[in-house]
Amino acid sequence: MSRLTELFEQKNKRVLNVYCTAGYPHLNSTLEVMESLQKNGADIIELGMPYSDPLADGEVIQSSSLVALNNGMTIDTLFEQLATMRTSIHIPVVLMGYMNPILQYGFELFCKKAKLLGVDGLILPDMPLYEFEQVYGATIKANDLDFIFLVTPETPETRLRKLDNLSSGFLYAVSSSATTGTDKDFSKVAVYLERLKSMQLKNPFLVGFGIKDKASFDAVNVFANGAIIGSAYIQALSKGKDVGTTTKTFLEGVLSN
Amino acid sequence: MHLFNELTNYQQPTEEGYYGQYGGAYIPEMLYSNVETLKNQYLQIMDDPAFKAEVAALLKDYVGRPTPLFYAERLSAEIGAKIYLKREDLCHTGAHKINNTIGQIILAQRLGKKKIIAETGAGQHGVATATVCALKGMECVVYMGEKDIERQAPNVARMKMLGATVVPATSGSKTLKDATNEAIRAWINEPDTTHYIIGSVVGPHPYPDMVARFQSVISAEMRTQLEAVTGSQLPTHVVACVGGGSNAAGAFYHYLNEPTVELVAVEAAGHGVHSGMSAATTQLGSTGILHGSKSIVMQTKDGQVVEPHSISAGLDYPGIGPLHAFLYASKRGTFMSATDEAALKWAFHLSEIEGIIPALETAHAFAVLPEMNLKPTDVVIVCLSGRGDKDLATYMQAMDLK
Repeated sequence: MSRLTELFEQKNKRVLNVYCTAGYPHLNSTLEVMESLQKNGADIIELGMPYSDPLADGEVIQSSSLVALNNGMTIDTLFEQLATMRTSIHIPVVLMGYMNPILQYGFELFCKKAKLLGVDGLILPDMPLYEFEQVYGATIKANDLDFIFLVTPETPETRLRKLDNLSSGFLYAVSSSATTGTDKDFSKVAVYLERLKSMQLKNPFLVGFGIKDKASFDAVNVFANGAIIGSAYIQALSKGKDVGTTTKTFLEGVLSN
Repeated sequence: MHLFNELTNYQQPTEEGYYGQYGGAYIPEMLYSNVETLKNQYLQIMDDPAFKAEVAALLKDYVGRPTPLFYAERLSAEIGAKIYLKREDLCHTGAHKINNTIGQIILAQRLGKKKIIAETGAGQHGVATATVCALKGMECVVYMGEKDIERQAPNVARMKMLGATVVPATSGSKTLKDATNEAIRAWINEPDTTHYIIGSVVGPHPYPDMVARFQSVISAEMRTQLEAVTGSQLPTHVVACVGGGSNAAGAFYHYLNEPTVELVAVEAAGHGVHSGMSAATTQLGSTGILHGSKSIVMQTKDGQVVEPHSISAGLDYPGIGPLHAFLYASKRGTFMSATDEAALKWAFHLSEIEGIIPALETAHAFAVLPEMNLKPTDVVIVCLSGRGDKDLATYMQAMDLK
């Protein structure tokens, strides 16, 4: 059973997935950030692989990607950093990134190595459903990695069912059709999440985009199995003193009762 | 003669938007509905007789089509072949870009959109978009790299005068690539009401095919006009500059399936193909994904897109449309390149011997003529894609240095 499936069997409410950019704020801070997230209550780590042209991401994550790239982060370097990951990280780790760097690395080799290092799943926002079915899905499955598709309020129901069926681990519910880090009117989001909840999906679903604090985390958890926080945490890291203190304060804020 | 499989129809990508291995729609789910709607409707809308009539009327009375096919006598004598110029520089707004924006604005109206967004490099596509938005009373926002805003001030002023909002793209390298990223992001954030008018034959399917079809009016006219003067619709060569490749796609389109016509695409070599300051994508790039389609992309070995260089902002792009990538890979197209220096030289030379000041982009197409080993019997059409008014600052600088 995959770590993600196991996690959701034990905990299916208020699951917190936190995004961080590999190589940010410093080239060698990747593991420190991950350990700090685990220690302070994150249930899943979504580790972003920086890309020069991240279409689905907003300003905050793109700037962190640029910093990471300037720090010298590459897939090779990341895999070196993750070599000892599973001696300290026990929670599920999902790699998030864009197709192009992975294609240059070699898609199959990438999946193989990621699995070997203890990575649990992949989120690739620009992987088209068609390509997944024709080409890449088989490689991902053969390497026993979970693949998490995104769905949005505009995703038609038949397509949503299909994306849910092809996903494993969880489904990524984008709170609205917007890039990460955008504020949205919550009443519309609630209608959509209510609909998702009533659909009896195969996978648990986590809500991402616009989740930034306790209030927004609590709000989506009325419907969802949990949420993904990205830009708000990166912003905190960019302003905070050190990784440990910043992460502790940030997650305490989100998870406080 | 080039290898050419007669069974291949170069004009028509597959259902999923592939030309050979290039194309597709590598887009985040947030854009799926918009792109899918476009994909399902563009051919139907473009085939509708009322739509065709509306576009044709505007191309005639507003853009000034058909543009002339001009026999360049002095240039022909110098090169030693019959050289005809397809005068896209005489289009309203000064370049071929408006062929596409006229089509897309009417298409956007049919789709019920209220607002238009666009990206621009040199500003030609931005001006062409702002123009049709003014014509149709639509809101217009143009994304333009912060660096390009500085170096293309007259076009920024034009866009503003036409009522458009020009938003500086401040991410990444602050040029066309980043303006395109910003435009796509803006579209993600407002998908319902907004139509994105891409300016070249790039982007996710169906954009490359749709833009090629709107630009194909160029080669449709060439065929008729050439026949009127030579008795044959077919030249031996068609030459066009290529950044993303919209004027080349338009100039090649109705010749794609004519194996006797050599299609010559000219890329910007910048300081020289291997100087590290170049935009010759097919020579320096490899298969990759940029702005929603798989094509040839200039990138590092780690798959990060690199910033190209060309003296012409319109060719300063690290990718190339998937149709052109396929023409390159299948050898149906001949790919050549011209340096900044050669382009500048030819901008002046064409002005002096034919009385036509071309855009810097266009000047690249002329720069390869002496290297093509042309024969006196060859009939060559060069797509004169745009006029040089926007490049006067660069030309004035060059004159000072002379």
